[in-house]
Amino acid sequence: MLVFFRLKRTVKLGLKSLWMHRLRSTLTALGIIFGVSSVISMLAIGEGASRDAQEKIAQLGSRNIIIKTVDPPEEKSSAGQQQTLKEYGLTYTDAERFRNAIPDVRVIVPNRRISEQALYRYKRVSVEVIGTVPWYPEISPVRLQRGRFLSSTDMHYKQGVCVVDNRVAKELFGFDDPLNQYVKVGKDYYHVVGVATEQGNTPAVKKLNTEEASAPKNGAGANTGAIYIPLTTVKNRFGEMSLQITGSGGKLEKIELQEIIVQVRNIDQVLGTRRSIQTLLARFHKKNDYDITVPLELMKQARDFQRIFTIVLGSIAAISLLVGGIGIMNIMLATVSERTREIGIRRACGAKKRDIIFQFLSETLLLTLSGGILGIALGSAIPLLVTHFGQMRTVVTAGSLILAFGISAAVGITFGLYPAYRAANMDPIESLRHE
Amino acid sequence: MLKYHDTLEFDANKPILVMDKLCKNYQLGSTQLRVLREIDLSIHSGEYVAIMGPSGSGKSTLLNMIGCLDRPSSGDYLLGGQSVAQLDDDELSNIRGARIGFVFQSFNLIAQLNVTENIEIPMYYQGYSEQESAERARELAGLVGLADRVDHRPAELSGGQQQRVAIARALGNNPLIILADEPTGNLDSTSGEDILTILDRLHSEGKTLIIVTHDEGIAT
Repeated sequence: MLVFFRLKRTVKLGLKSLWMHRLRSTLTALGIIFGVSSVISMLAIGEGASRDAQEKIAQLGSRNIIIKTVDPPEEKSSAGQQQTLKEYGLTYTDAERFRNAIPDVRVIVPNRRISEQALYRYKRVSVEVIGTVPWYPEISPVRLQRGRFLSSTDMHYKQGVCVVDNRVAKELFGFDDPLNQYVKVGKDYYHVVGVATEQGNTPAVKKLNTEEASAPKNGAGANTGAIYIPLTTVKNRFGEMSLQITGSGGKLEKIELQEIIVQVRNIDQVLGTRRSIQTLLARFHKKNDYDITVPLELMKQARDFQRIFTIVLGSIAAISLLVGGIGIMNIMLATVSERTREIGIRRACGAKKRDIIFQFLSETLLLTLSGGILGIALGSAIPLLVTHFGQMRTVVTAGSLILAFGISAAVGITFGLYPAYRAANMDPIESLRHE
Repeated sequence: MLKYHDTLEFDANKPILVMDKLCKNYQLGSTQLRVLREIDLSIHSGEYVAIMGPSGSGKSTLLNMIGCLDRPSSGDYLLGGQSVAQLDDDELSNIRGARIGFVFQSFNLIAQLNVTENIEIPMYYQGYSEQESAERARELAGLVGLADRVDHRPAELSGGQQQRVAIARALGNNPLIILADEPTGNLDSTSGEDILTILDRLHSEGKTLIIVTHDEGIAT
């Protein structure tokens, strides 16, 4: 009880003398306010970016290995004469080999990806046609919302059916119900049997997907959404040839598959399987016309990178907090020498050294803790502004608030202890004589 | 540990303050300055003692010694029957808080505190409750004739009034001895008279006073 009353009165006394020097106290606390708020907002920005990257990668699937067709570098050996037909990329045989030769494989999904125009009534949008298999949803975050996904019967009979994603449904059909409508893609009409979610809901995922879309021949970034059509149907109706018009003339390409996605049973089989696939592909592909992406590896890299990022941001913020702390120490030293007389009087009136330490330390702590609280308020507001104006994701975690508050308390104690100690160890006789 | 409510049991015939061959030396560079040389002093309860002497004679040093602000180099000092010559800093602080009341030449009030808050300082360190000390401070302010000025800051008071606040503060913890170091030194003669009247009254109420002065008029 006595301790509590003492504390209350010490705090009252501290507030009083801080109030006496309002401007000085405010300016001193500003150092802590900015320090704390920069720690919080830096960590919030770091955390936001980190979660973004993690989600982006998680969308690709942590157990997935994505093998994509890439345009191989031109071979100079063909004596300047360009081939008229360029045949490269992943094949159905590759998919077959993966299934037969590699253990631990759970699912293999071969995909075609073609950019096309889709037409419904008088509306035309560009879409990405994904020729795929019925079990595609197993390896991707795409979920069916209504209707059904492609079936093995569709595959077998090369049916002209399709599943559209949300965005296509909205852009192309507007207020019409897309189910059971017919949409024209390329030269043929397709019966819409289902509506699926988009590939990714966050803008960042969309960005990643378009960046990495395998064959962005007509600029896949411009696509409104995706239309899923059975792989066999796509092979039948679109063929495997594609004509690319370049400045010097036409270039004919033949690609069987744009990508093969392999999913393994367990996360710890990912890296081993990746090596097997690498070996297998290296044996059968003369040209370097494929690229293997492992989201798990990306995830690890992103995590490492984010850690460094957070450390760098955190240290910058910590330095500003340190500067604030030094400012506080400076002010407290000035306060102590200004109040030498008061210290002498209190000592003569029976104050022990620890009473004096307590008094000055509590003043410093009041400064830093109120600075810390205001800093938390400001630090929680800044990320909101960053998100609003900077289109950046930020996440303020409870941990960062506690950390920042703890740091401000620690700064208060660290930088308040020395001035308080100096105050307490003044000779009472000397300080009473002090002018 | 000493508390304000500790009642001191001691023989009224025995002195409350005894100094036995007390010495105080200061080391100034290589030379040793012997300020107090084997002081023998005994003061009984209720005495009104004036310490006189020219400046530099060691009056202040002696007063600091009596007030437990400083420790003697050698010799013994008994205050209220307790030897305080070799106590550590915390214990000395306690003794100052519980048994000594200081009145200084330059008043030494804390500028940002008002009259009652200034009077409360020694009570605060003696563990009085907030209510208790506020009541007692008002009472003491009335005793020195400042009942209507309790909310004023020192800067709003005259020198004489400030010194009266200082006396009230010295009385706060009901000390054994009141030490006054040239209490009228910074005051005009009228205010000085007022202060001396208050001190006389305290003496007549049975307080023990030790006053340092070079004014012979006060001493007599």
